[in-house]
Amino acid sequence: MPDASMVWQQVRRSLAIARKDIRIYYSKGPVVIFGILFPVFLFLAFTIGRHLTVDFMIPGFMGMVLFFTATSISPIVVPWEAQARTLERLMSCPVWFETIIMGDILASFVFGIAISLVPIIIGLAMGVTISSPFIFAIAVILAAFCFAALGNIFSIPPTNLPATVNMIAAVVKFPVVFISGIFIPLNELPAWGQAIAYISPLTYFTDMARHSIQSEGHLPVYVDLLALFVFTVLFLTVALVLHRRTMPKRI
Amino acid sequence: MTGNESDQSFIIEVNGLTKRYGQLLAVDGISFKVRRGEFFGFLGPNGAGKTTTVRMLTGVIKADAGNALIMGFGSGSLKAKQITGVIPETANAYGDLSASGNMMLMAKLYGVPSTEAKKRSNDYLHALGLWERSGSLVRTYSKGMKQRLVLAMALISDPEVLFLDEPTSGLDVQSARLMKDLLRDLNARGKTLFLTTHNMDEASQLCDRVAIINKGKIVAIDSPERLRMAISGRNCIEVSFSDSVNPDALMQLHGVNTVEKVGDRYRLYTDSPSELVTTLADYSCTAGVKIVSLNMLAPSLEDAFVALTENEDEHA
Repeated sequence: MPDASMVWQQVRRSLAIARKDIRIYYSKGPVVIFGILFPVFLFLAFTIGRHLTVDFMIPGFMGMVLFFTATSISPIVVPWEAQARTLERLMSCPVWFETIIMGDILASFVFGIAISLVPIIIGLAMGVTISSPFIFAIAVILAAFCFAALGNIFSIPPTNLPATVNMIAAVVKFPVVFISGIFIPLNELPAWGQAIAYISPLTYFTDMARHSIQSEGHLPVYVDLLALFVFTVLFLTVALVLHRRTMPKRI
Repeated sequence: MTGNESDQSFIIEVNGLTKRYGQLLAVDGISFKVRRGEFFGFLGPNGAGKTTTVRMLTGVIKADAGNALIMGFGSGSLKAKQITGVIPETANAYGDLSASGNMMLMAKLYGVPSTEAKKRSNDYLHALGLWERSGSLVRTYSKGMKQRLVLAMALISDPEVLFLDEPTSGLDVQSARLMKDLLRDLNARGKTLFLTTHNMDEASQLCDRVAIINKGKIVAIDSPERLRMAISGRNCIEVSFSDSVNPDALMQLHGVNTVEKVGDRYRLYTDSPSELVTTLADYSCTAGVKIVSLNMLAPSLEDAFVALTENEDEHA
């Protein structure tokens, strides 16, 4: 059983891996620009011409930016590193498998939070007021972690081809966006539509953001919070357990 | 098992280590021990199981059976990894970081304090001729520079044991020599080095003992000198004559096992080289040809390697 000092040591090493990921994979102009532009254009494509209020649009926009950025690079870091043989280097260092995976998730989490500042600033500039900033902050932090863990799950299949992983990610990511009440309020969805929406973690973030900005959501805040928390724990557990099994197969 | 429970004179202890990839038995129950401060060579042809063994010893992959201890700690454990440095065959520094960035990353992953890490980083980058380019991204480095950097990265934690997987493979003469000099120096300072290679000269020059692995099995472990001497019938006399001679006539001479023509010389393999010298002098008189040159060639490690791996193939 690892003691507290050993766990703390591994946390610090995980942070070192996260810093390395941010420097190598995230701090690139094209990555940042794509992280912002892609959700912006996707969102505009579905909202232009519809008479939606800014208060309704900003939570959905936030949700998309956070979801796409936090899941953009994390799926391909492990395959990239396996291809470049740097994964073998990490695996021979005195770190647990979990330390490597947590480092990758943390980098994705930080990137998601940083880029989500863009829609927040846009919203504030357009006169949106955040009536419950504490709930909003918790929602952003929890959702960024949840989506980063989800992104990491996409790289579990032991392929070292980033294109294959991207394809797997796209198959999941786009349907999740469309079923999450971003473009159509949950209240307006039929019962079967709502049932589908509840299987998406993005639904709960968007609902919490609407609570914070519009002061009205479909579900109680504690339900949103609990659901996001459960999804986060689930994704994190799946990522850590399954990567432990598949990572050696990449070498 | 902890470090105290193991025999302190052995730093690496391998018992029945086995790895299977589907139907392929890559490593077949190998066992050996490496002494503290020893320069140990692990020789074998391509696909013999060298890299798989190193990966199991360094905890990158798990063995299907058997176990390995590094200073008494199970291979793959954090404690074993903490005292181990690894130089893989393919240089695997981060191309999008500078040499200094890579060194500091390794220092953090091994928990080396920042001040000490900077000092060691500077020292090793100087020693390996990388200091002037230490701020450049590694992807702009030549292969030799990358491999030297990987060695420096492995040394930043001041490991007790260094695993080197074909470290000089594909390097230019200068880089290879620089690396070999540093390895000798490290060994002289008491570090244990585990070198996998298929370069016989390198193993012969550097290693105290070598293990020869073929098709996942260890076929011999001994000092390079003893392995060479153990190859009976591979002693060789190289002789050239003033006139052409019939190789069949040489083959008929007493004590000759094999005759090989090399340019204008003949290599006669024998079990008793001193007797063959006398026989050759007699032959020179009776055949009416003068001996122009005569050299006794001891079997090389390469000869030993070929003989041992061939024997193993024949018995398989």
